Amino acid sequence: MSHPAGRRLPMSVSVTCAILLLIPVLALLIVPIYARRGPQLWGFPFFYWYQFLWVFLAAGFTWSAYVLIDRSRRGPRDGK
Amino acid sequence: MAAQAAGPQVDGVALTVLLFFFVVVTIGGFLAAKWRRPASMHSLDEWGLGGRGFGTVITWFLLGGDLYTAYTFVAVPAAMYATGAVSGFFAVPYTIVVYPLIFIFMPRMWSVAHRHGYVTPADFVRGRFGSRGLALAVAITGLLATMPYIALQLVGIQAVLDTVGLGGSGNWFVKDLPLFIAFAVLAAYTYSSGLRAPALIAFVKDSLIYLVIVVAIIYVGVKIGFGDMFRAAETKMNTKTKTGAATGVFIPNSKTYWAYSSLALGSALALFMYPHSMTAVLAGRSRNVIRRNAAILPLYSLMLGLLALLGFAAIAAKTKVIGADGKPNAQLAVPHFFADSFPSWFAGVAFAAIAIGALVPAAIMSIAAANLFTRNIYREFFRPAATPREEARVSKIVSLVVKFGALLFVLSLDKQNAINFQLLGGVWILQTIVAIVSGLYTRWFHRWALLGGWAAGMIYGTLAAYHQKSAATAHFGGSLARFPFTQTTVYIGFTALVLNLVVSVVLTGILVAVRAPAGADETSPADFYSDSQGPTTTVPGTAGGLAEPA
Repeated sequence: MSHPAGRRLPMSVSVTCAILLLIPVLALLIVPIYARRGPQLWGFPFFYWYQFLWVFLAAGFTWSAYVLIDRSRRGPRDGK
Repeated sequence: MAAQAAGPQVDGVALTVLLFFFVVVTIGGFLAAKWRRPASMHSLDEWGLGGRGFGTVITWFLLGGDLYTAYTFVAVPAAMYATGAVSGFFAVPYTIVVYPLIFIFMPRMWSVAHRHGYVTPADFVRGRFGSRGLALAVAITGLLATMPYIALQLVGIQAVLDTVGLGGSGNWFVKDLPLFIAFAVLAAYTYSSGLRAPALIAFVKDSLIYLVIVVAIIYVGVKIGFGDMFRAAETKMNTKTKTGAATGVFIPNSKTYWAYSSLALGSALALFMYPHSMTAVLAGRSRNVIRRNAAILPLYSLMLGLLALLGFAAIAAKTKVIGADGKPNAQLAVPHFFADSFPSWFAGVAFAAIAIGALVPAAIMSIAAANLFTRNIYREFFRPAATPREEARVSKIVSLVVKFGALLFVLSLDKQNAINFQLLGGVWILQTIVAIVSGLYTRWFHRWALLGGWAAGMIYGTLAAYHQKSAATAHFGGSLARFPFTQTTVYIGFTALVLNLVVSVVLTGILVAVRAPAGADETSPADFYSDSQGPTTTVPGTAGGLAEPA
C-alpha cells in the first residue's frame, strides 16, 4: 500500500510547528497575564477581549503550522 | 406578546417557527441516508462513520455541530449568568486550546485507525496494547461519560420547550410528551441514516446559530451597550450572598488563576477523548482534513464566547429565570432573554437553533456510544465472529437504547443531576487520555500500569466530586477541589489526571522490573503516518494482530 504523504517531517519543521502550536496554549493558560480590567476595548474589559483576540490568533498560528507541514510533505518538487 | 412567552401560555408564533425547523431537519435526517449513498449501509464504516470520506467542509460542520452542544448554548451562558467567568467563560480558552492538541494528536489517531479499521478509541487501545481489560475500561468510561452528555442535550431542549410554554405544571405525560416525540424522531432518523444524518443537519444548525448570535450581539451592542452589560455583570458577581461570599467571579484573581487554567486545559484534553469527537474525526477523508479543521474550527469558539456573553446580557436586561414550574432555573437565562427581548418569530428561530443544536450532538454521541458497545463489548466478549453487517445492526439498536436511557435519566432525575453527571463524565473521560495519547507515541507504559492509573484517577475523581457541595445539591455540586496538600483550588479532573499519570509511571517501572508480560502490538510505526486516500483494504478488525498488507 502506498502512502504518499506518509513521510516523517524534518526536525526543523516539527520544532517550528510545536512552537507555533504552543504559543496560543501558553497565552491562554497563563491566566495572570490577562486577568485584568484594562485597557478596555468597546466596553470590553481586557480579560474578555484578550481571549476573543486569541480565537483569531490561535486560528492563525494553527493554520501556519498546517501550511508548513503541508509544504514540507509535498517536498521541494511541487512545493510553492 | 413576547413578554408573555415566559409565562405558562404557549407562544404560538415561536412554537410554529420552532416546529417548522424541526420538520425541515427531520426530512433532512431521513433523506441523509441517500446522501453520498454507499453500495451498502450495513457496516460500521458506513453507518457509524459515514463512509470515512468526509472532506474539509463537511467535517467542519460535523465537528462544530458535535463539539459545540446544548451545553454551549444553554449551560455556558447559564453559568455566566449565575456565577461568572470561572464557571462559564473558561469555555473560551478551553475551546481554543483544544485545537492545537487536536492538530498534534488526531492525525496520528486517524492514520492508525484508518490502517486497522478502528472505529472507537477502545479499538485502538486493544490493538496497540493487546489488552482486553484496558480496552474494556476505556470503552466503559466512554459509555459512562457519554450518557449524561446526551442527557444534557435533552436538558437544553427542555429549556426551550419550557420557554415556549410546553412544560411546567400539568401531568407528566403532557409535560414530557414534546420532548419524547422530538427524541423518538431523532432516534428514527439516526437509526436509518447513521452519521450522515447529523452531518447533514449540522449545516442547518450552524447557519441558524450564526444568524442568531450575530443578531443578538448587535442587539446587545445597540440596546444595552457592552460597557453597561459588563458593569451589570460585575455588580452582580461582586454582590455578597447570604454566606458572605461573592456571588461569582467577574475577572479571576490570584485565588482562581489555577482553577481557570486547569478547567480550560483539563476540559480541552477531555473533549477530544470523548467517543463522539473521535467519531467525527475518524469520519474525515484524510489527515489534512483534520489539520485544516483544527485551524478553522476556532471560529466556533468566537460564537461560543459571544453566546457566553449573553449570560451577562441577561443580567443587564434583568431577565427572569423562573421556569413554568415556578422554580428559578439559570438554564433558562438565554431562552428567556430571547423571549423577552425579541419578536416571537425571531425567538422561535433562536429556539430552533438551540433545539437543533442539541439534536446533532445527541445523534453523534448515541452513534459513538453504540459503536463502543458493539465493538468493544458485544464483539469482544460475546460474538468475536460478528460480521460487519451484524455489527451495524447491533449498533443501530444500541443507539436507540442509549437515547431512551438518556431520556429516562432526564425525566426521572432532577435537571441538576444531568449537569452534575456531565461534569463528572468529563472527569472520567479524561482518565482515558494516558492510555490513548501515550499509545499514539510509545509503548513504554505497561498495559496493567495504565489500567491501575486509570482506576486511581477514576476513584479519586469520583470521590472528590462526590464531596463537592453547592447551593443546589449536597454532592457532585461542582468540578473544583483543593489540589492535595495545597490551598489551591483546581479542576478535579486535572488532579485525577496527575494521579493517574504518577500511578501509571510507577507501576510501569515495577512491572517492567518484574518482567510482567506486555501485550501484543498489532500496529507498526508507519501506521501512524499513513495517509492513504481510499478506505483500508482490510476488513475492519478481523486482522486481530495479523500483519497488515503493506
